[in-house]
Amino acid sequence: MLANALPVLHIILPILAAPLCIILSRFGRFAWCLTFAVTVIVFLTSVNLFEQVYTTGEAVRYYMGGWQPPFGIEYRIDLLSAAMLVLVSFVAMVVTPYMRVSAFDELIRERLPYFHAAFLMCLVGLLGILSTNDAFNLYVFLEISSLASYTLIALGRDRRALAAAFQYLVLGTIGATFLLIGVGYLYLMTGTLNITDLAIRLQAVEHTRPILIAFAFLAIGLCMKIALFPLHIWLPNAYAYAPSAVSAFLAAVATKVGVYAVLRFFYTLFGYDYSFSGMHLALIFIALSVPAMLIGSTVAIFQYNLKRMLAFSSIAQIGYITLGIGLASPLGLSAAIIHTFNHAIIKGALFLALGCFALRLGGKVSIEAVRGLGRQMPFTSAAFVVAGVGLIGAPLTSGFISKWYLLTAALDGGWWISATIVVVSSLLAIIYVWRVVEALYFGTPEPNRRPVVEAPAMMVIPLWILALAILWLGVDTRLTAGVAEMIAHALIPSPAPLTGDGV
Amino acid sequence: MIELPFTIPLPMLEHLSANAVLMVFAVMIPLFGAVLLPFFSRQPNTRDAISLLTGVALLFVVLQLLDVFNAGSRPFADVWELMPDFHLTFRLRPLGLVFALVASSLWIVTTLYGIGYMRGNKELHQTRFFTCFAIAIAATMGIAFSADLLTLFICYEVLSLSTYPLVTHKGDENARRGGRVYLGILMGASLGLLLPAIIVIWHVTGRLNFSIGGLVNGYFTPWQTGLLLAALVFGLAKSALMPLHRWLPSAMVAPTPVSALLHAVAVVKAGVFSVVMVIVYIFGFETLATITRTHWEAGSWLTYIACFTIIASSLVALRQDNLKARLAYSTIGQLSYVILGAALLSPLSLVGAAVHIVAHAFGKITLFFAAGAIYTASKKTRVSELGGIGRMMPWTMTAFTLGALSIIGVPPTIGFISKWYIFLGAMDTHHIIAVITLIISTLLNAAYLLPIIVSAFFGSAPEDSQPHGEAPRLMIWAMLLTAGATVILFFCSDGLLRIVGEIPSQWEPMHLL
Repeated sequence: MLANALPVLHIILPILAAPLCIILSRFGRFAWCLTFAVTVIVFLTSVNLFEQVYTTGEAVRYYMGGWQPPFGIEYRIDLLSAAMLVLVSFVAMVVTPYMRVSAFDELIRERLPYFHAAFLMCLVGLLGILSTNDAFNLYVFLEISSLASYTLIALGRDRRALAAAFQYLVLGTIGATFLLIGVGYLYLMTGTLNITDLAIRLQAVEHTRPILIAFAFLAIGLCMKIALFPLHIWLPNAYAYAPSAVSAFLAAVATKVGVYAVLRFFYTLFGYDYSFSGMHLALIFIALSVPAMLIGSTVAIFQYNLKRMLAFSSIAQIGYITLGIGLASPLGLSAAIIHTFNHAIIKGALFLALGCFALRLGGKVSIEAVRGLGRQMPFTSAAFVVAGVGLIGAPLTSGFISKWYLLTAALDGGWWISATIVVVSSLLAIIYVWRVVEALYFGTPEPNRRPVVEAPAMMVIPLWILALAILWLGVDTRLTAGVAEMIAHALIPSPAPLTGDGV
Repeated sequence: MIELPFTIPLPMLEHLSANAVLMVFAVMIPLFGAVLLPFFSRQPNTRDAISLLTGVALLFVVLQLLDVFNAGSRPFADVWELMPDFHLTFRLRPLGLVFALVASSLWIVTTLYGIGYMRGNKELHQTRFFTCFAIAIAATMGIAFSADLLTLFICYEVLSLSTYPLVTHKGDENARRGGRVYLGILMGASLGLLLPAIIVIWHVTGRLNFSIGGLVNGYFTPWQTGLLLAALVFGLAKSALMPLHRWLPSAMVAPTPVSALLHAVAVVKAGVFSVVMVIVYIFGFETLATITRTHWEAGSWLTYIACFTIIASSLVALRQDNLKARLAYSTIGQLSYVILGAALLSPLSLVGAAVHIVAHAFGKITLFFAAGAIYTASKKTRVSELGGIGRMMPWTMTAFTLGALSIIGVPPTIGFISKWYIFLGAMDTHHIIAVITLIISTLLNAAYLLPIIVSAFFGSAPEDSQPHGEAPRLMIWAMLLTAGATVILFFCSDGLLRIVGEIPSQWEPMHLL
């Protein structure tokens, strides 16, 4: 019976554990143990699910309460879901030991139980989005994860965290509401909420006005969630002022799950032809990716606060992903999925490194504050360099694989200018990453800075797990590129790439 | 076929022939050394012994490959599937073998010299130095044996990144700035020009492997060929073709053994080696020659840029008082000899270009060793201070003289042979500008090198100089080894010419555009 319930174990467990964290833990230690146990179990079940889906080639299904679709809520885990489940649960499992030191340092201990509860709810929200096959259920989980992340961000040490959380709350709720309106219109016109069922029933009503409106609302709502330019405003502050572990976790997976939602809605639900040829979503994505890449990278160069710098870098990297989606070819989609995986790990590692610096520096991680830390915190700095080189996209790192696929996909479709922008953006990335590397290794420490030592092992080991993953995925790409190509070929029914004439 | 006395335990190598595995070993051995070295940072003697042993092991493997080559075999190794459709591949080719021989033999000498220099100057961070050295050599071996553009690109980038800590070794503000220019130009050019060019080639032809007779025949118009060639040659900024040469003088902030590595053993050689490989095996030697006869835009412009670089850098070298800066600009010019030799697209000049890789390596490394020896013994860095130093450091200056003669191209040094072949090739293709450039630049080379020698032996010492002795013995041995090699190679050039002569005769008649 447990085996049958495996597909929902990763939903049930965190939901059960979250209130237990609050009830049973006063200063957070038990909450942390519970959280860690939950993340490990969730990771193991995700790996199991992935293995199942990968070897059988079929999706795993689970019907909530035993009610059959389209009336019941169906959970359907196909290869894309399973791969993303592994990614999210892996990042969560790696970040949790890190949290034991980082969150306990940055938060008042009375708040720690709430922190862990919110973390578990955020996790369950993200995992739920990845698992569900019901459009409204997806909205529910999206709201769960968003609300939890507003809480998590607000717990940051800096007082501006409250403002950042509020800004995210307003914009995120608008986005989620747009999503809800879209889903509502879909339900109105088709009478079903099950994604597979919707895909079939939509074909009859595709060109009615409510569906067109639904498409538009969904597109905007989802673009808000993935922080696609120009709906990215909430991201820099949210990542900059959140607690370090939260920044790492959200930067790594929150927007990636948003990308999953984009793929799910526009490839599975609406269908490739309707979304990309009929509704010109491809052109919109490409057109918005270009300023995202350029502006994100350029603004990142001028930031003093390193977390803000990485946040703007994320905006540029999300531009890469949406460019891949917008290319609307199997190769482009593979590139987008590969970069989703790779960027999650790279950004996670970078934010974890910054968190280590924050721990020793007492909070403020600016370009001046980290001067000279290369000698005093060698392991952290080395991991930052590895992840930074991955961000630039040098060979032997996973970032290179993403860049390769993205550039080949862009040139394959004839989008020369977009390919050039990708190259320019990579060159800009060299500038803002190397600024930090130079500060770490060549800078002289500020005179009145207290002496620092390396971060504790519980923070450095998770960091290095991610850094080594970056190097390993740069060499053995079966998990990223191999899986991504399989997913892309499954999502795109017949390869019909759009050829560009100029952009 | 070489029989290895043991079976290969690594599962990924099972499918490779024994000869092919040698190439993989050539890359793995320095890496293995690099992994070992940090554990012995507290025991300098053990650490340095490991460096030397690794170098000897590498040279042994490369010499085995020479045997394999002479036996007529050209093994191929499909080492690793990086992405679906993309494999990292190695193949033994004449030019690659020559490059590997130069790099592996000079690595041992540079390690010897480096040990002497680092200890003589009491430098810090020696373990980091030798570790990065080893990684750089591993990358160089990868470049030498790569059978496709992707493998070349990956090893090329690893070389750039692993030499950055070497260039910025001193860790001060100057080093930071120099390192910034170094990495900025190299990575910028490779990510901005080289990588897109490689992807374009893959996109248009569907393949990336170096092929005899060229890969891109018939796929591009002459203008596109020219642009692609430009992207590749300038993307390979390690070849220091103007205007992407600025990183070389900036890299002078590095300690002298690093300069020796950069200029002679690995970095610049990797650049021009890659340029020659691209011209011969991607564009196709004879195909490019045929196209450029009617369409200058496809490649003839490269000869003029190379000529300009040669003359301009030699003129700038004349004006440099800092010895290492003078040698840096000299290198820029010498590298363009190789590019010129390849760009002239004549079989003779191609042979000259290949031999010049060897000749310049041994000649320049001798000069840099001498410069470092002078600095270690007397703390002098300027040419104007070197009066009379030949009397106080006779061995050093003798080595310097031999190295200089090779750079100028005076027999009986190997530098003469390489220049002679390039000259013959220029005459063969009736390239008047190239002929004139070669003549004038030889005079300029003499002008910026001979006065140093003359004033060292026959000049008088500057007033405020202290008397000092010779450089440490390890450094002298290293210098004399490389200086002697320039002469020995002259007399034993048959083997080299036989290997290198195979390159132009490999092409088969290809269909024209």
